Amino acid sequence: MIINAKGMYYRNLNEKVREAVDSGEIDIKLVNVNGQRYIADAIDTPVNITIEGVPGNNLGAFMSGPVVVVTANGQDHIANTMNDGKIIVHGDAGDVLGYGMRGGKLFIKGDVGYRVGIHMKEYHDKVPVIVVGGTAQDFFGEYMAGGTLILLGLDTGSYDNDRIAGNYLATGMHGGVIYIRGRLEDYQLGKEVSQLELDGDDRAVVEKYVTEFADDMGLNAEEILAEEFIKIKPVSHRPYGNLYAY
Amino acid sequence: MKTYQLPGVIIERDEDRCINCQVCVRQCAFGAHKVDEDGEVYGEDAKCVACQRCVTLCPTNALYIRDNTPFVKDNANWTAETQKYIWKQAETGGVLLTGMGNPKPYPIYWDHMLLNASQVTNPSIDPLREPMELRTYLGNKPDYVEIEVVDGEPVLKTRLAPQLKMKTPILFSAMSYGAVSYNACEALARASKELGTYWNTGEGGLHKNLYQYGPNTIVQVASGRFGVHSQYLDAAAAIEIKIGQGAKPGIGGHLPGEKVGSAVSQTRMIPVGSDALSPAPHHDIYSIEDLSQLIYSLKEATEYTKPISVKISAVHNVAAIASGIARAGADIIAVDGFRGGTGAAPTMIRDNVGIPIELAIAAIDTRLREEGIRNRASVVAAGGFRNSADVIKAIALGADAVYLGTAALVAMGCHVCQKCYTGKCNWGIATQDPYLEKRLNPDIAAERLYNMVRGWSHEIAEMLGGMGINALESLRGNRLHLRAVGLTREEMDVLGIQIAGSPMA
Repeated sequence: MIINAKGMYYRNLNEKVREAVDSGEIDIKLVNVNGQRYIADAIDTPVNITIEGVPGNNLGAFMSGPVVVVTANGQDHIANTMNDGKIIVHGDAGDVLGYGMRGGKLFIKGDVGYRVGIHMKEYHDKVPVIVVGGTAQDFFGEYMAGGTLILLGLDTGSYDNDRIAGNYLATGMHGGVIYIRGRLEDYQLGKEVSQLELDGDDRAVVEKYVTEFADDMGLNAEEILAEEFIKIKPVSHRPYGNLYAY
Repeated sequence: MKTYQLPGVIIERDEDRCINCQVCVRQCAFGAHKVDEDGEVYGEDAKCVACQRCVTLCPTNALYIRDNTPFVKDNANWTAETQKYIWKQAETGGVLLTGMGNPKPYPIYWDHMLLNASQVTNPSIDPLREPMELRTYLGNKPDYVEIEVVDGEPVLKTRLAPQLKMKTPILFSAMSYGAVSYNACEALARASKELGTYWNTGEGGLHKNLYQYGPNTIVQVASGRFGVHSQYLDAAAAIEIKIGQGAKPGIGGHLPGEKVGSAVSQTRMIPVGSDALSPAPHHDIYSIEDLSQLIYSLKEATEYTKPISVKISAVHNVAAIASGIARAGADIIAVDGFRGGTGAAPTMIRDNVGIPIELAIAAIDTRLREEGIRNRASVVAAGGFRNSADVIKAIALGADAVYLGTAALVAMGCHVCQKCYTGKCNWGIATQDPYLEKRLNPDIAAERLYNMVRGWSHEIAEMLGGMGINALESLRGNRLHLRAVGLTREEMDVLGIQIAGSPMA
């Protein structure tokens, strides 16, 4: 099913998407999307949504199940508090992606902005995963409490960044794991974390998600995996345990 | 290190009455009652938090907990308390932590405002024999209503925004599972159902057993987004975005790992034993425009069927912020004054940040009226409401309804000892310890909550009738029914009320 979003107000577009999902459509294609917000917000049916054009902020917020493919760039707040499903963006995306995400996958081919993957958390088998093909700005993985963040630093985005990541990476991190292809300077990291070598289990995780990412994006996984990765983990899961006078 | 902190209380045991039954020993999670080598009970004053649990349960009334504030020589500045704080920090190097609301002797404006009553020129109404309307609707009201006549019958043409419908203008404040026990949450939920009002989950998620109370539940979405998913949003009657809390404006929350046992872990959806950190800001909200996006992503998520509330602390610019919240699309503005309670907050912040709720209500109501947008959002006030008189005065100042937190805890047994952050609450309220938690019987606690709100509602009806008003709606923002005693001109200007003795017109 194809929905033409040209000139359509977000509320009408999202109503049409919900109607399509409710009527049992499995493959929904939105064409001429131009900044409409909240697409696939809180949809909990495993449908496929393809978006041609640039969707607006909060794509896939509270979403639980659908696979959303964006053929162009994305904007801010993608996968906000997302529960399950998958979002694939074949371009760059903005700030605060995957805020408080608790499950599912978010793959961005190019570069991302500030505060990406912050406050992600995991519980039992619900482990959120974000893979960024390009570079990230400051506060990547801030307050991270669970899940997996992978930053590849490939030259796939539109920005010519000389650094893979900005500063304050993983500040306040107290759970989960971050893998980075390349090395960071220690001053780029929050004081709660340290850079470690990968062990066998880590390599299996990186290989699994990078292969899936490369397949989705039409990239060569072997070439990406040929470079060294580092792992970033919190020193303590209670970073503020001794802060108070009882 | 030897502590220099002196006990602030003394445990007195009447040896003639004490039967050495050791109830006090078993009841005190702080270890203030002990048994010596000869099997005799004795007290350790330094450990006593004055929660009165032992006094209440002692079968022979043998116990008294008395004030024993250390004597400070001729000094109003270096009080026993200020010295104690310094000693505590000199011994630990930590941030002073406390619980409940601001206890400092700041002005309580409720006690400087008096209500009106009818005499001769207009009759008062007896609520025992005449209908008295306390029904309250919270949500966006239209600028005007269009009515059309179909088959000779008037039909409302305007589509109304979703409303919360309450039998009384009283709701229970946000108190999260984790900060309070499961039994406390269940009691609040059950009392809300009985009373025809709402309780609020706070940011700790909704326990799976309590989904059945969804129609009486307001769920919170805070910066930590704990336990937030589409079923949680769908279960609720309304959704509240928590920006701030009166006890700790401008800072985030921090549930220590010790309180995250398996049930709390399941509801918050985080691993057992890990700290639950709520950042100070929502990092997807840096402006009113961003707030609007979270409001509308929640409205989209629930297909515009539920009111969205935004809770803020009362701070210096509260009126302008409230105007922004109303314009951002919120249906309810919840504002929490500086006496609002908490399970844990840094003492210096609780006691020194924010403004009184009385001034905030008046400032917000005035501002929204001046801008012609008062109908767009209901205003719910919170922060230290002690009785029905406080509630009715808040409504006369301009609030639509009132949130009760501390009063609800007191109804359940809390004695405001301010040790919630220790997790050792002897009353079974602010604890996750199974031994302590089972002391709070949800049947009894729900009944106590029901009784309190029933009593307050009757009193509100009585006072309303006394003013010659038969619907609470007619008192809302009707500040002519309030008069000031002992306030300055500036205070009366902000409150929008006249000095007692000035005429009605």
